[in-house]
Amino acid sequence: MNVRLLDIAHARSGDKGDTANVGVIALRPEWYPVLERYLTLERVARHFDGVIAGPVERYELPNLRALNFLLHGALDGGGTLSLKTDAQGKVFSTAMLRMVLDIPDEEARSLRLPGTKSRRAYSRSPKE
Amino acid sequence: MTTPATATGTRKQLVRVASGQGFWGDWLEAPRRQVEGGDVDYLMLDYLAEVTMSILQKQKERDPNMGYARDFVGAVESVLPAIARRGVRVIANAGGVNPPACAAAIRAVAQKHGVSGDVRIGVVTGDDLLPRLDDLIAGGHPLANMETGDALSTVRDRVLSANAYIGSTPIVEALGKGANVVITGRSTDTALTMAPLRHEFQWAADDWDKLAAGIIAGHIIECGAQCSGGNCLYDWQGIPDLANVGYPIVEGHPDGSFVIYKHPGTGGRISVPSVTEQLVYEMGDPRSYITPDVIADFTSIHLEQAGENRVRVFGITGRPPTDSLKVSIAYRAGFKAVGTLVYSWPDALPKAELADRVLRERLDRLGLKFEHILTEFVGVSATHGRLAGEAHDPPEVQLRVGVRGPDRAAVERFTRELIPLVLNGPPSVTGFAGGRPKVEEIVAYWPALIDKRVVQTRVEVLA
Repeated sequence: MNVRLLDIAHARSGDKGDTANVGVIALRPEWYPVLERYLTLERVARHFDGVIAGPVERYELPNLRALNFLLHGALDGGGTLSLKTDAQGKVFSTAMLRMVLDIPDEEARSLRLPGTKSRRAYSRSPKE
Repeated sequence: MTTPATATGTRKQLVRVASGQGFWGDWLEAPRRQVEGGDVDYLMLDYLAEVTMSILQKQKERDPNMGYARDFVGAVESVLPAIARRGVRVIANAGGVNPPACAAAIRAVAQKHGVSGDVRIGVVTGDDLLPRLDDLIAGGHPLANMETGDALSTVRDRVLSANAYIGSTPIVEALGKGANVVITGRSTDTALTMAPLRHEFQWAADDWDKLAAGIIAGHIIECGAQCSGGNCLYDWQGIPDLANVGYPIVEGHPDGSFVIYKHPGTGGRISVPSVTEQLVYEMGDPRSYITPDVIADFTSIHLEQAGENRVRVFGITGRPPTDSLKVSIAYRAGFKAVGTLVYSWPDALPKAELADRVLRERLDRLGLKFEHILTEFVGVSATHGRLAGEAHDPPEVQLRVGVRGPDRAAVERFTRELIPLVLNGPPSVTGFAGGRPKVEEIVAYWPALIDKRVVQTRVEVLA
């Protein structure tokens, strides 16, 4: 089943020099293993192929149900050198969330992952 | 080395550190709202971003009494009654490249309001390495760029400022000496929050877990409202009353656990998702968040919702820091200019694309050389590139072209070539009211490391 990352995760991004970092956080704790299994370094590198100039690094934070990605060569030199609108990498987060993951049907069903036609989880039931 | 936190020597069991400024330019209302919205013990104001120091250095070159974050004077003025009458203490890295001048300005504003006897200013210096730069290089400190490995000598003649990131120790010392307004130069953002916790709870300088907890508390509130509902993607439409957003406050406990909350009646939202978003902001390797005081491990953080707009943070671990300090160096790196024009339906994108080709051909014919020319189509692909997919006949597209290079004249000429397209390029163009783009000198950032032992901080509490 195709699952949009936007529908199972939220994210924030920032910069360090010419590197953008994207933290991807599961919308529900039980969905974190999906990120861990399918949001691989290779998958993210393929997603940003041609958008960034350098390699990708990936870190796991199971305690926060989050993954952290470093996208090197993402910011046209970064900081004040960069000519980009997004010189500080503020919206690489949402570029990441455009990704569509192919999750085996059974796994997607048992975790009640939203399909690409559903509304976002947090639009339905804000808990806080 | 710390003195007892209170006259009787008993330690507090709870200390509240409020964030009132996430960067130079943040909401002017925030500091006053933080001290008037409820009881807090400390007000923490973070003013310095990576390139701020170089801007301040340029100001100091023009006027030796400048070179600090001027907003801070107004911020202190807005909270003077709380400092003078209610015992709220203020900690800020507003000193920039000139903490003594900043202190003088604060003293003047205290005098103006007749409370100079109640304002004891602590000044932390020693982070400024600019006057020592040649000696340091000659003494075997290459200050190599952490990203490229190049030695600083390759850009030495273009260096504008050089400051070591300093930690919590001098701030703790200033608090111990009774300062109630502590002004630093380039201290780390996180130390501004950790220092008062370390001071009040008398944490030892090698109590790594607690120091790490203080650093992570600092990381969560150093960007102001960015952890309390601002710039929060999670349920953004459901976040209430952003117009009245409450800035975050750390309620610290002696064991290193803490709660992030905001004043009652304010807008925004503090939740596990909002705090998590801020935790991952600008994160590198989560196991090694390196500061001058301690290396904090972000994989040890535990969060739990502990009531409405209260998130409890606990379980944090840390380990000893490295022998180096990071140095923030700024240097002149050429010139740039960015200009925009707006093309409208029909065929907004093809018109903008043609305008870009025409412009580039003219720049080429003039023989102008740039290090880089970047074209973006705002409304189509500027922020997400090819990931944005096909544009579906947008009502308008903004053409945004930027150039950079070492030759100021070439960049200047670019700014003269863009605007004529309004009359001599593709049709249906508008949005040029701002006129010719401005040429900017680029002041770039050069991160380096230096042996901790060569940086000595000094603390002075003004009588």
